[in-house]
Amino acid sequence: MDSYALLLAATLNAGTVLALASLGLLINEKVGIVNLGAEGMMLCAAIAGFATAVHTGSDAMGFVVGTLVGAFLAGVFGVLVIWLNTNQFATGLALSLFGTGLSAFVGTGFVQEKLLDRSSYAIPYLSDIPWLGVALFRQHPLVYGTMALTGAIIWFMYRTRAGLVLRSVGESPESAHALGYPVRLIRLGAVVAGGALCGLAGAYISLIYTPLWAEGMVAGKGWIALALTTFATWRPGRVLLGAYLFGGVTMLQLHLQALGVQIPSQLLNSLPYVATVVVLAVISRNPQWIRINMPASIGKPFYPGS
Amino acid sequence: MTHPRLQLTGITKAYPGVVANSDVSLTVMPGETHAVLGENGAGKSTLMKIIYGSIKPDAGEVRLNGQPIVIHNPKEARANGISMVFQHFNLFDTMTVAENVWLGLARESLEQVTASIIAKANEYGLDIDPSRPVHTLSVGEMQRVEIIRALLTRPELLILDEPTSVLTPQAVEKLFVVLKKLASEGCSILYISHKLHEIRELCTACTVLRGGKVTGVCNPQEESNASLSRLMIGAEPPQLEHRPQQAGESRLTVKNLSLAREDQFGVDLDGISLDVRAGEVVGIAGVSGNGQKELLYALSGEDCRAPAGSIRMKDKDVSKLHPGARRRLGLHFVPEERLGRGAVPTLSLAHNLLLTRTGSISNPKFAGGWIQVKKLEDHASAIIKAFNVKAGGPHAMAKSLSGGNLQKFIVGREIDAKPTLFIVSQPTWGVDVGAAAQIRGEILALRDAGCAVLVVSEELEELFEVSDRLHVIARGKLSPSVPIAQATVEKIGEWMSGLWETGAVAERGGQHHHA
Amino acid sequence: MDCGKQGQWRSVGGNIIMLKLEARQQPSNFWVYGSPLLALLITVLVGVVLFVALGKDPLRGLEMFFWQPIRSSYALGELMVKATPLLIIALGLSVCFRSNVMNIGAEGQYVIGAIFASGVALLAEKTTGNWIVLPILLAGIVGGMAWAALTALLRDLFNANEILVSLMLVYVALQVLSYLVGGPWMDPQGFNFPQTKIFEAATHIPRLIQGSRMTIGILIALLGSAALWVFLFRTRAGFALQVGGIAPAAARYAGFSSRRALWTALMISGGAAGLAGALEVAGPIGQLSGFLPAGYGFAAIIVVYVGRLHPIGMVFSAILMSMFYIGGEMAQSRLGLTKSLTGVFQGLLLFSLLACDTLVNYSVKFKRKT
Repeated sequence: MDSYALLLAATLNAGTVLALASLGLLINEKVGIVNLGAEGMMLCAAIAGFATAVHTGSDAMGFVVGTLVGAFLAGVFGVLVIWLNTNQFATGLALSLFGTGLSAFVGTGFVQEKLLDRSSYAIPYLSDIPWLGVALFRQHPLVYGTMALTGAIIWFMYRTRAGLVLRSVGESPESAHALGYPVRLIRLGAVVAGGALCGLAGAYISLIYTPLWAEGMVAGKGWIALALTTFATWRPGRVLLGAYLFGGVTMLQLHLQALGVQIPSQLLNSLPYVATVVVLAVISRNPQWIRINMPASIGKPFYPGS
Repeated sequence: MTHPRLQLTGITKAYPGVVANSDVSLTVMPGETHAVLGENGAGKSTLMKIIYGSIKPDAGEVRLNGQPIVIHNPKEARANGISMVFQHFNLFDTMTVAENVWLGLARESLEQVTASIIAKANEYGLDIDPSRPVHTLSVGEMQRVEIIRALLTRPELLILDEPTSVLTPQAVEKLFVVLKKLASEGCSILYISHKLHEIRELCTACTVLRGGKVTGVCNPQEESNASLSRLMIGAEPPQLEHRPQQAGESRLTVKNLSLAREDQFGVDLDGISLDVRAGEVVGIAGVSGNGQKELLYALSGEDCRAPAGSIRMKDKDVSKLHPGARRRLGLHFVPEERLGRGAVPTLSLAHNLLLTRTGSISNPKFAGGWIQVKKLEDHASAIIKAFNVKAGGPHAMAKSLSGGNLQKFIVGREIDAKPTLFIVSQPTWGVDVGAAAQIRGEILALRDAGCAVLVVSEELEELFEVSDRLHVIARGKLSPSVPIAQATVEKIGEWMSGLWETGAVAERGGQHHHA
Repeated sequence: MDCGKQGQWRSVGGNIIMLKLEARQQPSNFWVYGSPLLALLITVLVGVVLFVALGKDPLRGLEMFFWQPIRSSYALGELMVKATPLLIIALGLSVCFRSNVMNIGAEGQYVIGAIFASGVALLAEKTTGNWIVLPILLAGIVGGMAWAALTALLRDLFNANEILVSLMLVYVALQVLSYLVGGPWMDPQGFNFPQTKIFEAATHIPRLIQGSRMTIGILIALLGSAALWVFLFRTRAGFALQVGGIAPAAARYAGFSSRRALWTALMISGGAAGLAGALEVAGPIGQLSGFLPAGYGFAAIIVVYVGRLHPIGMVFSAILMSMFYIGGEMAQSRLGLTKSLTGVFQGLLLFSLLACDTLVNYSVKFKRKT
């Protein structure tokens, strides 16, 4: 029984990484920009955060630096894609390749490093509750922070004027421009914010999730986060739930093993991707659905002069 | 003495190759509903863009309430009390009506905006629910949203660009009620249209534009459809020497073609019937946006959804055939968009031949066929020479040619194929005078050689010059045809508003007016 | 129409220097060829800076990347070995990109092609003749096509975005590979490593020259380039595909089927990627293992762009990209740097190229405004 509680805890942990990155990508896509460079950004942020924590001994500084690195890389991407109108997918891929290589390059000196012992993250009293305490209340503050962040993003997107403007830019930059809004600046802002969240996710991986540095340690989570945005049909709440779902794939595997069902781990590992393809097929069939769910300007360049 | 709400004097705007507005003057008094009447290309849109601040005029003065003013952009226009409802809406599908309106306003909270919308809607009898997402609205309802958005800025001058082209007759009535109320409160209205009966019902003043110039200022209430037509279209074009028509077999028969539009802003085709015979030119007149595009898509095969049997070439039912198959049967088509549809801008003239001609293709079974480049270039050179195209040679990129020359090439490409049925849309739009004359000559030569020709055009003069018979298309319906000798400007003008008799045979003459 | 885009830079003196991008009348021929070269230059410069910043001799670094790979015939051979899969995949991808079908999943098609090829290769016994190479290659092509067909099907039937679908399928393909080499196809004498047994000698793709690892794969790649050139520039089908990519309305007018274009493009690129996979797995590697995926499917995208989607250009860019691969490996073995430098340079090259390509259609003007 206790093992399930631990698994639930692990799921929350894993899901947090995916959720943070995916929320960042969602903000991007809400203004119509697809950033395929998530994996590269997360890796760079991971090494940056790790290196900072090693040198300063402070996790908080590590998070800050990781976030800034993500924001910076996203900014470069944003300038290319928004002002020079370079192909979004090619630019994102370049970022991914570059970031992966750069992080490995910079990280060679840190492979053996260790961070100081983490104090346990138990919340007093709550963490003593049998089962629930283990499952839910012994997480790093960022896990709860992510849930709060999801709520904040929902509130921002759907209840504030600024969020409305942001969404309008994603749906039709031309119309938003005709109404007088600074479309390119708004897009850049969203891209940078999204990059910051991906950076935060990356830092979380190397500081909390598996506190070490190894080349390529993000291990495809950037790509899963990308899939997740689509799977969740661009809704923040669904992203969070989906993140736990995708992150909990391991949990499912062990559960099945415990029941004596032998399912190859690869089958479960591929579930998030297959699920995303299925969702994509289902919502794309109906032009109405796609129009309602997907920000209409995704991937398309915007020329203010026309 | 009250100042005019808006006064334009001597407005001129020229683009390379065409003068859009030439010394245009316009005076709109407070509370006046002022029509701007003209066909497409008459200069109405340019003039409105100047008023609304999207374009700067080359010369002339704009006065608002007596004060000279320069408007740099639409935002400034709105700040000065000028509001515009466009033909193409700036709405966001996934958002509610209230959110859309809110985005266009600089102030207030969503609740306040929602309340304002409801209040305004009640005041003017505009039925709209602010909480509905825009994608669930009909086009007429979308227009209401745009109108409310404009009204909420408390305009002194409201410009409406062809507002009724997307409305049902009932919706038109409702719109007029709103506009009349608005005018009675002192707001001036600029109503752009080509629909004569609407202008006569709604407007108290009218400025008529033709070819960029003002051809008349009048009170539509005191004019007849006929007199308005004449101002809009001009005097009767001279009757050209027409060869006695020796029309032969029917090459194209369209029977009761009804087709739902492909996209939301299109026009449904409704029971279109026409017949084109060998050795004759049939013209279709009409302001753009009345279904020409949809009809041509169905005829060329780019739209294969026409009901079976509705389109026949001689005896063969071609309704579902794609363009290649129809070409093999002898149909050749010149579309109105040159760059992007009739020709690929970044390809050479020689390669553009490959779009519709297969003469230089050998071994069609293998990968679609082998392109014999030398043969292709020679063919292109021959067409360039035969049709007097000024180009750098067969290698010249399509977009490097002037509009007129590219059109000559495209027309030449299709005529060179010796079609049995030739369809052309807007043959001389944006084309210089010399090229236009040549192209029209080619059309007549085709006719004389026994080809069946269908010409769709917005320029009546051109249709009068080349057609043997004339139809008018309005709102997706096609009028009966009239031999060109019996076509009068008044009749055509009326028909453009959709006012023909169904079933009336125009040759018979006498008009029976229903009440 | 106002096509100018502006950015503002405030100089120290308080004047404003405006950096303005003005649309050109005609695309600049100079920059069409100049942009990749400028991008390469920028990449090299940044590389030098990187080397210096990490305390390594920049000249040695440049030597690793640009001189070593070509200085001996053996080195050239290795260069060709690396360039082969890149070029073959790129040739197929260029058909897709020219048709505006954005196939990002070539890596997955490559892997599945390798899997199908391995399936046939594993059937060989010690006594099997060399003829088995042909079925192996064909199996690779079929595998790649089948995987690409999934993407085409979903786009055709459901209008699903091919970028996302093909990308997701890459990861599914990797899982399939992992399952096979860790399970049913695992070499029983392999100490539990996730790999198949080494393929029989008969399955090996014939070598070109003794003593080098070059196989006839290179010939196939070069022939493929020529075939692509013919297809793109001399056949009506190739023409139809490209018109569909440049001007869809014109393609519709001409009667070119967009559905046929979709399937043709994906089948060609899937088959090419699968063929590359087969050549790799039955060629230089000689077995199927979890180490197969080397990112060629993604690197090929860079090859396509840098080579300007042209068969001849892509030959050169494939060689350039493989120089980066080899340079990275050498930098690792000789300078103690990580071979992930390869990724840095590849990504940087693409970045710079995308940025420099702006110069083809826009000119940069500096204006001083007080």
